[in-house]
Amino acid sequence: MLLLIQYTLMFASVLSLVALGGCYSEHSGVINLGLEGIMVMGALGGAMAMQFLGNAPAIVTIFVVMLAAVAVGMIYSCLLGFASIQFNADQTLVGTAMNMLATAAATIIARSFNTMKDPNNVSNTLQYIKQKRAFLVYFGRFEFNWFMVVAVVLLIVGYIVLYKTRFGLRLMACGENPQAADAVSINVYKMRWAGVLISGFLGGLGGIVYITAGVSEWKFEVGVAGFGFLALAVMIFGQWKPQYIALTALMFGFFRALSNVYTGIPFLKALNLDSKVYNMMPYIISLIVLAFTSKNSAAPKAEGIPYDKSTR
Amino acid sequence: MKENKGFFGKPGVQTIMASLICIVIGLFFGFLVLLLIHPQGAWDSIVTIILNFITRSSGPAKIKALGNTLVKTSPLLMCALSVCFCYKVGLFNIGAAGQYEAGAGIALFAALGWGLPWWVCLILAGLAGALLGCISGALKAYRNVNEVISGIMLNWITLYLVNMILTKVKDPASPYTLPLAATNPKAVIPGAGLPAFFANNRYVTLAIPLAVIIAIAIWVVLNKTVFGYELRATGFNKEAARYAGMAEKKNIIVTLAIGGALAGVGAAFLFLTGYQQWTTTQTSVPGMGFNGIAATFLGGLNPIGTIFSSFFIQQITDGGALIDKAVYPSQISDLISALIVYLCGFTMFFRLIIANKLARKGGSK
Repeated sequence: MLLLIQYTLMFASVLSLVALGGCYSEHSGVINLGLEGIMVMGALGGAMAMQFLGNAPAIVTIFVVMLAAVAVGMIYSCLLGFASIQFNADQTLVGTAMNMLATAAATIIARSFNTMKDPNNVSNTLQYIKQKRAFLVYFGRFEFNWFMVVAVVLLIVGYIVLYKTRFGLRLMACGENPQAADAVSINVYKMRWAGVLISGFLGGLGGIVYITAGVSEWKFEVGVAGFGFLALAVMIFGQWKPQYIALTALMFGFFRALSNVYTGIPFLKALNLDSKVYNMMPYIISLIVLAFTSKNSAAPKAEGIPYDKSTR
Repeated sequence: MKENKGFFGKPGVQTIMASLICIVIGLFFGFLVLLLIHPQGAWDSIVTIILNFITRSSGPAKIKALGNTLVKTSPLLMCALSVCFCYKVGLFNIGAAGQYEAGAGIALFAALGWGLPWWVCLILAGLAGALLGCISGALKAYRNVNEVISGIMLNWITLYLVNMILTKVKDPASPYTLPLAATNPKAVIPGAGLPAFFANNRYVTLAIPLAVIIAIAIWVVLNKTVFGYELRATGFNKEAARYAGMAEKKNIIVTLAIGGALAGVGAAFLFLTGYQQWTTTQTSVPGMGFNGIAATFLGGLNPIGTIFSSFFIQQITDGGALIDKAVYPSQISDLISALIVYLCGFTMFFRLIIANKLARKGGSK
């Protein structure tokens, strides 16, 4: 049971961070389908930082690793900003390309990194058993991870920034009605860049949280197993609002955690369901809920449409 | 406006030029990465990736390898056609990957579990894909759910579902499904004499010519029939199409159903040759549907162009498997195709440059 709570909180942290990233981007008017790819790149950045650090003190490790993941995520998100804001490219296409690119690139980089240290090592797995301990605090048998705090803090910050600051309200204006925003001299292009970069920040962070949850090494070939897409579902389910995103993330995280630990719970074990059923659950639920809630969708009105100044 | 804009003024030529620019830049970046990893041999490797089967030692080996590439091109072409057909109607069928999974699942289960002949399996695969397409289409038409989102959800749901179903017909000792030819020879798509042309490559089957015929049929449907015209009109402007008396809700569902059927049949085209088995433990959506998106856009959103772009994507993918794996990672081809898809986002921009160049030339004359 303790394990179930622990996994739920871990997965919920990942999902809420990444979904919040998507939330910023979409509120600025750019659909970020490349979150999955951004997560992979952020995870790669963080994992490589952990390899460099070796035996640094815990506090240094935490900050450097987070910084690396965030920086790589933001740099990678520039691919989306560049194509969709500067060149009016199809956002769905670019996002898909970014997901394909990230897994290939991360595998190549991780492998080259391994080969550089040891010419005979051609695997694309990075290990970080020792460094990972910096993030953990044990309360009895409960494994508490600092990232859970980070997720909660960023969710609160997200709420305040979006609804209580000038920047957040302007950002959302660009996703609802960019022509009107431009008319009151808000720079729509700048705001959309801000939205995309913040989504890179949070996506990259989500990536490193995901690969340090539960395991101590990562095989980059497998990407992040659809978590970026699950986060998109969390964002839609959460109606593009940080407070609902947090609740949805908890629920989705719970189902995801069930598939990992259901064998340890007598009642569920007696049901004798395939673990794949639990894996499917979050997707099925979100599809059903979407069917009932999308008529009055809370999606930003202008998302996915490249801004053209001449349509003002 | 001038009437005669010359060779480079034709939209078709501009599309091909834009695609070629994408390919050249993509390959160039791939080459740079190879150079970074290991400068000696980078040039040979990029040449190997491009030439693929031509680098094999003897004539028959070349032909046989070409056959293998074609075997994998036909499902890719079908997925690309699925994406292309839907895109023409204004729908982004990212669910092609899931429809492909559904096709593979039903085709293999019908073949291995029920012992049905190949053509029944093929039809069932098409129906399974179409069913998934219908779900996405109905959600879009009646419940306003974006087809990209429902497609992504269905991709994952189908992946786990197919893994579950195919576990029943898997080899007891491994995660792979039972070998097709040994379990049910009737389910293998007939070669109809084709293997003889490919150095007796028994995986070369009717699937390859069928895929090309379907590509041409899709082109005809889209461009030469009232049905295709209505679909494209719906894609251009939903409201206008409804005003003109077209059933836009029905069109959306029919389009995604056809797209789904194409992807589903595509999976059957691969798995019913016995070339590959389904891995029942896979945890990521197979790349075929996403590569289909690459081929669609590289093919200039034209079903005929898609035939060539699918072959090209498969060619470099297979070529990437031939380079020295002790030195270079085999994902280099994936990297190149992903880059090409990314660059396809800039196609409009490239075409604008070409058009501007022409306009300037015309002005100075």
